[in-house]
Amino acid sequence: MNQVPHPVPESLSDLFFSFTRLALQGFGGVLAFMERMLVEKKQWMTRDEFVQEWAVARTMPGPPAMNLSIMVGAKYFGWRGSVFAAAGMLAAPSITIVVLGLVYAQFGDQPQVNQALRAMGAVAAGFIMATGIKLLTALQKNPLGIRVCAGLALAGFITIAWLHLHSILVLAVLGLVGTSLAYSKIKT
Amino acid sequence: MNWADWLDLVKHLLAYSVASIGGPLGLVSELHRYLVTQEHWLTDSQFNASVVLAQAAPGPNVLFVALLGWNIGMNAGGYLYAPGVALLSLVGILLPSCSMMFFATKWISRNQDLRAVKAFKQGMSPTVIAMLIASGWLLATANASTLGDWRLWVTTGVAAVLVIDGRVNMFWLLAIGGGLGALGIIS
Repeated sequence: MNQVPHPVPESLSDLFFSFTRLALQGFGGVLAFMERMLVEKKQWMTRDEFVQEWAVARTMPGPPAMNLSIMVGAKYFGWRGSVFAAAGMLAAPSITIVVLGLVYAQFGDQPQVNQALRAMGAVAAGFIMATGIKLLTALQKNPLGIRVCAGLALAGFITIAWLHLHSILVLAVLGLVGTSLAYSKIKT
Repeated sequence: MNWADWLDLVKHLLAYSVASIGGPLGLVSELHRYLVTQEHWLTDSQFNASVVLAQAAPGPNVLFVALLGWNIGMNAGGYLYAPGVALLSLVGILLPSCSMMFFATKWISRNQDLRAVKAFKQGMSPTVIAMLIASGWLLATANASTLGDWRLWVTTGVAAVLVIDGRVNMFWLLAIGGGLGALGIIS
């Protein structure tokens, strides 16, 4: 393994405020903002590392974005890092959401509010798909090879987006196929 | 609500947490069955508003559970109860899964050179990326299901291209999208 040196979080408060910042921007889901911050801005991990950590975070129980913050925190500062990263994700946004709830109770029946929310939902959907497409580029280094990766990814997209199969079923079946194939291709 | 009720709420949330692969949005129908249909701690409209709001608000989607807790607290005892129940609910839905994730992380970093660990990370990657793109697709189609909503589709497409390009600040894209939406130009 060739380890490329890359920047690391300076302190627990750096970790906390970095996650606070990205969480407060993350309307309609924070993952796109996590990728932008961790991979492109702070460069705490490469895109390839991000994909591999995401694979674990998405497979374990719990919100994948929270799981990812726990992994990143633990990597640099042990359990304290996990606590500060997770707290950063939750503290400010949870206060924000309660305030927005009170505002929404006042103005939620205005048509402009719902129009704005729909439009922001459409923007957020674009963010999520764009992030996924960017992550696809990291599969070039995958030992499965580009054709197997493309097959698995296409099957995953079609079964969930178009056939509406249950995501845990898709994760289990395609994940098992992918992991078995990867196991046979990786040399120890 | 009495002490037995609060205990029952916490026990349910802890159990849901362990089962919440992919995050608690997958548990929405189960939470609705328990909190609204079975226990009547929330009204149907409170429940739905919490889910919609949490997806529109900044922060991880799991915060809708805090909002559910806030409303349960409001119904049970007003502003005195609401913050505590919101915190209790959030901790309940997160503590088990976050703890499991932490110990899994420790185990994986100790065993990162194991063939099985490498195979798992690499083998799962194509599927989890596809699921991410699919969730974006589902989010886009949930809002815009007919051809009459073509402006929303264009918005999604433009946002995606600009994010891949990477030069524009994503927060401003959201703000501009929201502004155009409020003016009735997009939706």
